[in-house]
Amino acid sequence: MYAQMVKTASDGVKSREDMSPEEAAFQAKIDADIKIEPRDWMPEDYRRTLIRQIGQHAHSEVVGQLPEGNWITRAPTLERKMILLAKVQDEAGHGLYLYSAAETLGVSRDEMVEMLHAGKMKYSSIFNYPTLNWADIGAVGWLVDGAAIINQVALQRTSYGPYSRAMIRICKEESFHARQGYSAIMKMAFGTPEQKRMAQHAVNRLWFPALMMFGPSDKDSVHSEQSMAWKIKIKTNDELRQQFVDQTVPQILYLGLELPDPNIKWNEERGHYDFSDPDWSEFFNVLKGNGPCNTDRMKDRVGAWEDGEWVRDGLMAHARKKQARKDAAKIAAE
Amino acid sequence: MADVDNKALFEFLVRMGDNTLILGHRVSEWCGHSPILEEDIALANTALDLLGQTKMWLDYAGKVQGEGKSADDLAFLRDAWDLRNVLLVELPNGDFGQTLMRQFLFDAYHSIILGHLLKSSDDEVRAIAQKASKEVAYHLERSADTVVGLGDGTPESHRRMQAALDYLWPYVGEMFETDDIDRAMASAGVAPEPSGLRADYDALVGRVLADATLTIPEGKFAHKGGRNGYMHTEHLGHLLCEMQWLQRAYPGCEW
Amino acid sequence: MSNETTPSRSEWPLWEVFIRGQHGMSHRHVGSLHAPDAEMAIKNARDVYTRRNEGVSIWVVEAKHIAATAPGEKGPFFEPSESKVYRHPTFFDIPDEVGHM
Repeated sequence: MYAQMVKTASDGVKSREDMSPEEAAFQAKIDADIKIEPRDWMPEDYRRTLIRQIGQHAHSEVVGQLPEGNWITRAPTLERKMILLAKVQDEAGHGLYLYSAAETLGVSRDEMVEMLHAGKMKYSSIFNYPTLNWADIGAVGWLVDGAAIINQVALQRTSYGPYSRAMIRICKEESFHARQGYSAIMKMAFGTPEQKRMAQHAVNRLWFPALMMFGPSDKDSVHSEQSMAWKIKIKTNDELRQQFVDQTVPQILYLGLELPDPNIKWNEERGHYDFSDPDWSEFFNVLKGNGPCNTDRMKDRVGAWEDGEWVRDGLMAHARKKQARKDAAKIAAE
Repeated sequence: MADVDNKALFEFLVRMGDNTLILGHRVSEWCGHSPILEEDIALANTALDLLGQTKMWLDYAGKVQGEGKSADDLAFLRDAWDLRNVLLVELPNGDFGQTLMRQFLFDAYHSIILGHLLKSSDDEVRAIAQKASKEVAYHLERSADTVVGLGDGTPESHRRMQAALDYLWPYVGEMFETDDIDRAMASAGVAPEPSGLRADYDALVGRVLADATLTIPEGKFAHKGGRNGYMHTEHLGHLLCEMQWLQRAYPGCEW
Repeated sequence: MSNETTPSRSEWPLWEVFIRGQHGMSHRHVGSLHAPDAEMAIKNARDVYTRRNEGVSIWVVEAKHIAATAPGEKGPFFEPSESKVYRHPTFFDIPDEVGHM
């Protein structure tokens, strides 16, 4: 997840007749579910679209540390603090795996980070919402990671080898996230009236932003078709969103909380829950930088990067000195 | 095990546990804000180790105290004057260099004392030390490397590390203060007298700081008041406000 | 895309990480990371890739030092071995009476 509205570098899907022999062979490999590896030939558009998608995904993991990190120092017990810290640390790890996957496409991590900071690359809209009470931590793990997993499980089958392998590793680690979130919010929902109130508040605030994570409806999503043909997108936004709603509504009911949307109703005919569309104007506003936390999130990330420059440079300078001393000693010995 | 005064043993255990509690908290403040992802992940590992150790020390402290208190009760429901951590660990993080210098100065002490606790006459202390000493050996290796790397890095990183050392050095002495509680622990074979650890510490720290091309400040003055609870810094109260807020605002909840 | 921004001056080099999961197994590529030198790369690998008790031994090698076959060489490199069926034990019919071999 965490890659919304990724523009494909091309317009629409090419027909077989318009493809060069290389492109046709490439598409045939994808159709046969053969993974594309870094040194294989690939269309430039595929490469650039993947850099955008994987980069956005990586940025989301890293920016995604912030809303949950917001509660590490206020976690109510030692165990909750350790669980949360380990979880947020995993997000950093996932960011790292994904940056590594993107790096195999010929872009460096620093370049991607600098593009993020310059506003040339994006991260998931969800992380521009605040975490306001302790139940938000449960809700983020359960709803946000829950939504992410739905997409990530599908992406394990993506056509680009390094991306697929990163997704497999991430999915293995991620299933702990949704479960720890649900276990945390269970304590709240079944706790004191104040705790239950926090849980309800968290679900009400995060429900629609979680639905937005899947991106706009497919009928409005111009880039989906090419990405699906390239198998860097596996299911449509609407399919994934429906899957999320169907799996989550019974979980809300189990907690004894009110549904965050009065239009949620089981539809016997479709075999799915009906639900209200999120307010897409809000979504586009958040993408434009007008979400509640956009400015703070970027300030945090850019600040960390700039404040850390002397550290990165210092350790690099030391490594070079050490190498030079080793080389000099070797020459002296010879 | 020799006869041990439970009150003194409790004090010793909260000194150990509060050091790791407060330092673990401080290190966790970095999460999401480190200079590079690899360091972010490494710092989180350090904080997790320290918090895990806290749970062990304070659980045992609660048992020894005999008032039915859990590690969480001790961590979240004591006020500043009841905390027994050394001042060094409650100082603010400052820049990354100051955080790593503080970490190194503490890790060096921590690894030495844990080495002695492996031979403690108290079974539980020995068991905790066995787990913790392996974790701390790695902390020390990592923080020492970073201190050397940044001390002997660029002129800017050198300057910052020297400033961090100058600021933190007056807080080193407190770790080696020895009082009646320490003497009681030593005579019962539970723990060594801290003053006896100083020579090893100076040798270790001196070696690393020399590699880091940093100069240990001349002054012998040592701030104290943390490990006996007499006078913490102003920083601790703010840290506790944050750390204990939920438990204080909504008492008696399960989380 | 790499032309769109100037690469920063001193990005830490990229290292490939290989981990032995259990005693007796060979090292397996698990991913990559950045570090200023080999010693730090090993430590970073420990912190990044063995958080869930995944390893007993770590190798790191700077990514630029890895030599690899070129994708275009796939044919000449790997196809000739397809026809050498006699290299595989199942090629030979050994009578059952001979017993395990």
